[in-house]
Amino acid sequence: MIQTFFNLDIIVAAWPIVMSGLWNTILLSLIVVPLGLFGGLILALLASIRHPLVRWPLMAWVDFFRAFPPLVLLVLLFAGLPFAGLELGGFACVAIAFFLNTGSYYGEIFRAGIDSVPNGQVEAARSTGLSRMQAMRYVVLPQAVRNVLPDLLSNTLEVVKLTSLGSVVAVPELLYEARQAQSLTYNPTPIVMAAVIYFLILWPLVRLLSRLENRALAGRR
Amino acid sequence: MVQKHIVEARGIHKHFGPLHVLKGVDLQVDERELVFVIGPSGSGKSTLLRCLNRLEEPSSGSVVVDGIDMLDPKTDINHARQRIGMVFQSFNLYPHMTALGNVTLALRKVAGKSRAEADTLARKALERVGLADRADHTPGQLSGGQQQRVAIARSIALEPRVMLFDEPTSALDPELVGSVLEVMRSLRETGMTMIVVSHEMGFARNAADRVVFMDDGLIVEQGPPAAIFENPAHERTRAFIGQIQRH
Repeated sequence: MIQTFFNLDIIVAAWPIVMSGLWNTILLSLIVVPLGLFGGLILALLASIRHPLVRWPLMAWVDFFRAFPPLVLLVLLFAGLPFAGLELGGFACVAIAFFLNTGSYYGEIFRAGIDSVPNGQVEAARSTGLSRMQAMRYVVLPQAVRNVLPDLLSNTLEVVKLTSLGSVVAVPELLYEARQAQSLTYNPTPIVMAAVIYFLILWPLVRLLSRLENRALAGRR
Repeated sequence: MVQKHIVEARGIHKHFGPLHVLKGVDLQVDERELVFVIGPSGSGKSTLLRCLNRLEEPSSGSVVVDGIDMLDPKTDINHARQRIGMVFQSFNLYPHMTALGNVTLALRKVAGKSRAEADTLARKALERVGLADRADHTPGQLSGGQQQRVAIARSIALEPRVMLFDEPTSALDPELVGSVLEVMRSLRETGMTMIVVSHEMGFARNAADRVVFMDDGLIVEQGPPAAIFENPAHERTRAFIGQIQRH
């Protein structure tokens, strides 16, 4: 059993390739998380305009990409776009798919945060002469982000997990490299390594999230 | 020579959907005058106040404050609002900033002061409301009365020409009301023009130059406090004053 799933020789042999996968997963996360946050922020700021000409297209956009399975979106970009003469490569496709998909989720979180700030805050800011944008930037957004910090972190956890989708379009991230190592060694140990590594990088985030959630609950009491 | 009013509102109407909240209100306020606005809830007092700095857009009418046409689309409303301080019933301090941060924000971002200048001006304003030693406290660490005084400091730091008070003591515990009124009284002594929506009748009697009674979206009558309180001309005013004095 241990020889099958925790084979030391195989761990040593697969180590470099799995580590390079880990590095790519980290790199991918460092790109797609800020990209999603940025996209979400833009969506939420547009939503705060509340003009019907902005609101309806925006709602359609967000609904569409939240209803669209991210794996299908990714495969569509990767396998479909070349037929339109656009060959983007796995990494770029992952970045775009995540921007569209997770940006919509982040957008809804930011929007809830902005809605949670009482209107009196904006009125006070505007009454001292701050513009709409300044009131948003200095008064509303800092409070909004603080109010939804647990949700932002929780979504970020999901996004990091979802980077494993990159394996489908041959982005050499952790899961992809582990599978490569598995097929080279005819042994599942590399997959177990990947699972352990995912757990080790995500578990501190899960702990942090619990603490934030507990603090938010305590603050509400 | 025509008396120049610092606040000149004419024919203000305000509709909220089917509700006709202001039905043609004229209000002129002289420099250094303290005008008290009283009336039953829903009479349009707060809405009138909020039309003066255009937090509420009047449906029709004109508002000129310190020579600036507030409703002219060409008016730089953010610039104009610096001259009109406003204090709210619920304080509306920014909870994520210290008292000092609350006061310096507009000084830096609107009035264009450097951080050092803004800090100096803000500390001076906090001193005027008696809270120099609370500059580094956040709103959550301050009592309601202290929060409202920080809110007043936030406005006066910008050296406004007019101050609007929208029920400034209504959300306060009774024992905290005095400290806020004290600050308002000292502000009055510096010659600040003030328009106050409030039911603090004792304060109105002592400090106000004029009391305006509103009911159902109109100014019913106005005059010196003694005249309005002791000898109201209208039945509605009499009824209202009788009601609040019973409490």
